[in-house]
Amino acid sequence: MDQALSSKKMIALYLAPGLLLLLALVYIPIFQTGYFGLMDWNGIGEMSFIGLENYTLLIQDAAFWDSAWHSLLLAVFSALSLIGYLLISLVLAGKIKGANFLRKIYLVPMLLASVAIAQLWMKIYHPTNGILNTLLMSIGIENPPAWLAEPSLALFAIFIPIIWQYAGFYILIYYAALKNIPESLVESAKIDGASAWDIAWKIKVPLIMNVIKVTIVLAVVGSLKYFDLIYVMTNGGPNGASEVMASYMYGQAFSRFDFGYASAIGFFLLVICLLITWLIRKVTVSDEDIQY
Amino acid sequence: MRNEALTEKQTALARQKAAEQQKGKIRHTISMTLLYIVLAIVGVFQILPLVWLVLFSLKNNQEVFELSPFALPATPRFENYIRVWTEGNIGQYFFNSVLYTGSAVVLTILFASMATFALTRMKWKKSSLFLGLFMVGLMIPVHSTLIPLFNTFSNLDLINHPLSIILTYTAFNLPITIMILYGFYQVLPREVEEAAIMDGASVHRIFFGITLPMTAPVIATAAIINMIYNWNEFVFINTFISADQFKTLTVGIQNFIGQYSTDWGAIGATLVISILPILIAFIFLSDRIVEGISAGSVKG
Repeated sequence: MDQALSSKKMIALYLAPGLLLLLALVYIPIFQTGYFGLMDWNGIGEMSFIGLENYTLLIQDAAFWDSAWHSLLLAVFSALSLIGYLLISLVLAGKIKGANFLRKIYLVPMLLASVAIAQLWMKIYHPTNGILNTLLMSIGIENPPAWLAEPSLALFAIFIPIIWQYAGFYILIYYAALKNIPESLVESAKIDGASAWDIAWKIKVPLIMNVIKVTIVLAVVGSLKYFDLIYVMTNGGPNGASEVMASYMYGQAFSRFDFGYASAIGFFLLVICLLITWLIRKVTVSDEDIQY
Repeated sequence: MRNEALTEKQTALARQKAAEQQKGKIRHTISMTLLYIVLAIVGVFQILPLVWLVLFSLKNNQEVFELSPFALPATPRFENYIRVWTEGNIGQYFFNSVLYTGSAVVLTILFASMATFALTRMKWKKSSLFLGLFMVGLMIPVHSTLIPLFNTFSNLDLINHPLSIILTYTAFNLPITIMILYGFYQVLPREVEEAAIMDGASVHRIFFGITLPMTAPVIATAAIINMIYNWNEFVFINTFISADQFKTLTVGIQNFIGQYSTDWGAIGATLVISILPILIAFIFLSDRIVEGISAGSVKG
């Protein structure tokens, strides 16, 4: 009876459209990026093979390492903010009325286009008429900073809307995981006299450790390849102060037309992301055997 | 006498206990109130920028600069909306966004459903290997594919062509869509499909006639998630499309706003128009969106 469903031809036919698209537009391009990274190429003319020269250049490129440092800062910042999201979720998943409504409200910014978010926050940070400086001036601060134009502040000023954008996403994930913990486990701990704090940190958090692990990977890798808000709000400026790896790569390719060098950065980005994913999964303890 | 003393003692004890309980209750109420306040502050922080956006989209510059940020304008200036809709190409961008989003969603759902069907319903040995092959796509940074894609589309004359966008969106959304569908397919009972095989139905008949209709709920969930991603996408459209008539709202408003850089009302109105479809979808489909985001983000 299984003959129809085990026909090789049928299996191939059903896999083919998706698999071919994925190969053509995702997997083959990453190998091409590796290949282009070995070339001197402006994107239009002939390519010439230069071996690892782009990578030796990359190692010495201070502007690139600045951008890598900014990406790393964002990664650390995002990973730390997970603690806050976890705390909010622990409260939310307790016996809170309207929790479902609240977590949906939290999610709204995540659904909006990065470009719209970027434009909105550029207005919020507007030096004279933005809501932030209007507020600061109304409480007596006379010369509030020009946030996005301030080299020492621009990067951190962009971190805030990134947090704003993703908060609801992580809270949603934690909330769903916490709601999956069987009530009986929590009840028996309560009977044994455990405090709410103990129940949260000694029972609930260890039980959702696998989910926490996934969110750490998502937050760190997502930060390392982060692009949208930075590109729109400051395009890496002022003077590289908010440049991250992806925006640096984009500028090298589509403003300076150094496609070979940009490909090398793109390939480096890929390797870093895969490496970090593997590393975090390896380092964080495995809780495969936790059952509930 | 003795009895009376005893009861007195007992009532005192009971009273003390009640007072303690009362205290505990008060403490509980206070801490709950504090928690609600914290949660509410987070909620306000998430929503307030959007309220401010809607308010300044209904003001002219003078009102933006002179009124307090959350003051209502004397008369809401809906003409801002009419102006940006008629002056710029917002209508065209809007149409393109709908076209690219819609086409890519249909293709993604169809191809992902076919692949998931092959991975979960057909009998072969390498299915988990191929599932892994699809899932690796989740880890690839977009920027690591951008230059080859740009190059390939240039060679094929697909720069400034809707096809480059629709195909890219489809490909990049396949892994997450398969992930969402896969969970549902696995718990879906196979009896109906098996009965159809007994009756000699063809594979196509089973897939299109039985499996697709049975998976309608998860298709709806996956579709709304795809829709949001495509509607908001920026990097590909910014890279592959430069001709105005092919732009979507995300890049369109980016350029359009540059032109109105000092007109707050116009910028606000443009932004509201661009996010409105997503907000409307959210109001009606928030449960599906929540479900889709959870299913598409974490699998142990």
